[in-house]
Amino acid sequence: MEDKKFVYMDHAATTFTKKEVLDEMLPYFTEEFGNPSSVYSFSRATKKAVETAREKVAKAIGAKDDEIFFTGGGSEADNWAIKGVAFANRKKGNHIITTKIEHHAVLHTCEFLEKNGFEVTYLPVDEYGMVSVDDVKNAITDKTILISVMFANNEVGTIEPIKEIGKIAHEKGIYFHTDAVQAVGNVPIDVNDMNIDLLSLAGHKFYGPKGVGALYIRKGVKIDNLVHGGGQERGRRAGTENIPGIVGLGKAIEMATSDIEGHSQKLRTMRDKMIKGIQENIPYAKLNGHREKRLPGNINFSFSFIEGESMLLLLDQKGICASTGSACSSGSLEPSHVLMAMGLPHELAHGSIRLTLGDLTKEEDIDYVLDALKEVVSKLRGMSPLYDDFIKNGGK
Amino acid sequence: MREKVVLGMSGGVDSSVAAYMLKEEGYDVIGVTMQVWPSDKEYEEKEGECCSLSAVNDARKVADKLDIPYYVMNFKDVFEKKVIQYFIDEYSIGRTPNPCIACNKYIKFGELLKKANMLGAEYVATGHYAKIIKDEDTGRFLLKRAKDDKKDQTYVLYNLTQYQLSHTLMPLSGYTKDKVREIAGEIGLDVAHKKDSEEICFIPDNDYGAFLKKRIPDKIKEGYFVDMNGKVIGKHKGIANYTIGQRKGLNLALGKPVFVIDIVPEKNIVVIGDEKEIFRSELYAKNINFIPFDNLKGDMRVTAKIRYAAKESPATICPYKDGVMVKFDSPQRAITKGQSVVFYDRDIVVGGGIIEDIY
Repeated sequence: MEDKKFVYMDHAATTFTKKEVLDEMLPYFTEEFGNPSSVYSFSRATKKAVETAREKVAKAIGAKDDEIFFTGGGSEADNWAIKGVAFANRKKGNHIITTKIEHHAVLHTCEFLEKNGFEVTYLPVDEYGMVSVDDVKNAITDKTILISVMFANNEVGTIEPIKEIGKIAHEKGIYFHTDAVQAVGNVPIDVNDMNIDLLSLAGHKFYGPKGVGALYIRKGVKIDNLVHGGGQERGRRAGTENIPGIVGLGKAIEMATSDIEGHSQKLRTMRDKMIKGIQENIPYAKLNGHREKRLPGNINFSFSFIEGESMLLLLDQKGICASTGSACSSGSLEPSHVLMAMGLPHELAHGSIRLTLGDLTKEEDIDYVLDALKEVVSKLRGMSPLYDDFIKNGGK
Repeated sequence: MREKVVLGMSGGVDSSVAAYMLKEEGYDVIGVTMQVWPSDKEYEEKEGECCSLSAVNDARKVADKLDIPYYVMNFKDVFEKKVIQYFIDEYSIGRTPNPCIACNKYIKFGELLKKANMLGAEYVATGHYAKIIKDEDTGRFLLKRAKDDKKDQTYVLYNLTQYQLSHTLMPLSGYTKDKVREIAGEIGLDVAHKKDSEEICFIPDNDYGAFLKKRIPDKIKEGYFVDMNGKVIGKHKGIANYTIGQRKGLNLALGKPVFVIDIVPEKNIVVIGDEKEIFRSELYAKNINFIPFDNLKGDMRVTAKIRYAAKESPATICPYKDGVMVKFDSPQRAITKGQSVVFYDRDIVVGGGIIEDIY
């Protein structure tokens, strides 16, 4: 409004599509429009493009080409992994283990399964949002068919002990799925080394296009097909492929995983500067999530006495795009289920804000946002009766 | 700099046209939809959407069309406490509350006004049909009936304080509903022909009984209908399902039309009688708010109405205990505890209060 500045600090929500990615996609909207399933040689280009993209995705996570299945995004991949495994292995058992801090694409899918005769254990997390490997072990019963634990949490950025959980799952012969939507491009991933059987990813979180993702399905995993129809995606997810999207996903994941360490080091430096700046300049601010085992671009704070929603609106007026990490589809904010699971009191869960850094973040943005945060927090506290009481009582 | 105003937008035709008018008048308008309903899993499943999403989508479309900033704000906790809980409490003691009045007092002109201040806006605006004017002689802000008498909403606004009135804009005051619809059509708003909402917003299917049963199952106990002599004449489904003057839904076959004439929460009984029994002339109201002055000093002649849809009727009001005694010139049908009585001096709202007792 009065300020035309634009600072995007919501890379965990989505990212822009990189120019190089878009450039690779463009021909597939126009000149290279052939249907990959057709016989004539004109279609060979698109068929080849899909397979090249598949190779790139496979390479990025240490999988084989024929273990990658393209989907319409991360939520679809999560739904498929969980429902597909649950229904296909029903005879073996009806128990699923997941956590309280999963994305809604996982949580609501599990709730759906509960209504259809499955039992789901939602594991708690500690104050840093970390799942306990022992809890996973103890939750396993002889009916357990699937464990689903996210790679890194979208709100607080905590990176979970995936390799260890996968190891336990494999010792017990249980399938292990991880929602890695936030992790790809930020953390090195190797599905074999990490004992992962199913992995969800989404293109728009790492500078690819929206509406395209993939599910990694380890060879031999018993899973129902998602879309019945033609033979696309080896008959598991029928329907003519989203060629430009798939091409973009391939290019984006290739770029995002080519220098994970360099990319994340850059983000970590800015992230740590911001965290330090907030801790030193704004009193009664609590860092949410794990200090070290944390996504390189994630900053999540709770500010006592004020609401995250109000902060977002005032930051928006200063051209800053932030979030609380948990928004209902209406755009109205609920107290975060993740922060509640971490044991934060309702007020603090309501007073949280998430800033996620990425390729659009510049050094000077950190200072600008720090100044804005200081101003907004002190303005809102000035209007807060809670803060008023707190100060009157001598800060108790 | 242009003056900022936060407009409550419901996605309906009134608030949408209000947005347009404010913008035309040169205000810097920020549209806000207040999210107030508790999430209701059952409703979500039936309607396939979460928390009044269609209202949000309609409001957002209008905001986009008018190119004004738009936010959805969460008021669920405070709405639950100040409106829904109040609604439930009142019904559970046999009274008939008006939740819209509570919502205006605490939410729209309370919490929303606070948020408006936070966003640097001097005013809140709504699509209500009512007019706010300043009395230059006394310096007080007055609430005046809207141009469209059929749509006049001053009844639900009698609680507004001087502070609230001085920070509120009601751009539809000079228009009829028909004209508002016409304007909506002219500027190409899709909501031009949207139906008026008449239900209580948090009970979209209008089934109060079912809502209360779900929220306070222990308090909705079956009991007896009795006649004026105390004779049991049937079974009722819980006092919360009834209101004074009610005739429909009693399921009593007594060979003549009968009405609810009283509800006795202590005994969990509903008293049934002839229609003539529900005509009364006097009531005592509490929680009074006056607009043109702070306190009522002596007797005052007014016209008064005892519910939203009632006709105004001449009466005399005078101070009594913590509130006001209202003596109507002629008996009124079904004066009901928990409803509000609102006083007018011609077109001006004098004030009002909540009906506490009936004589």
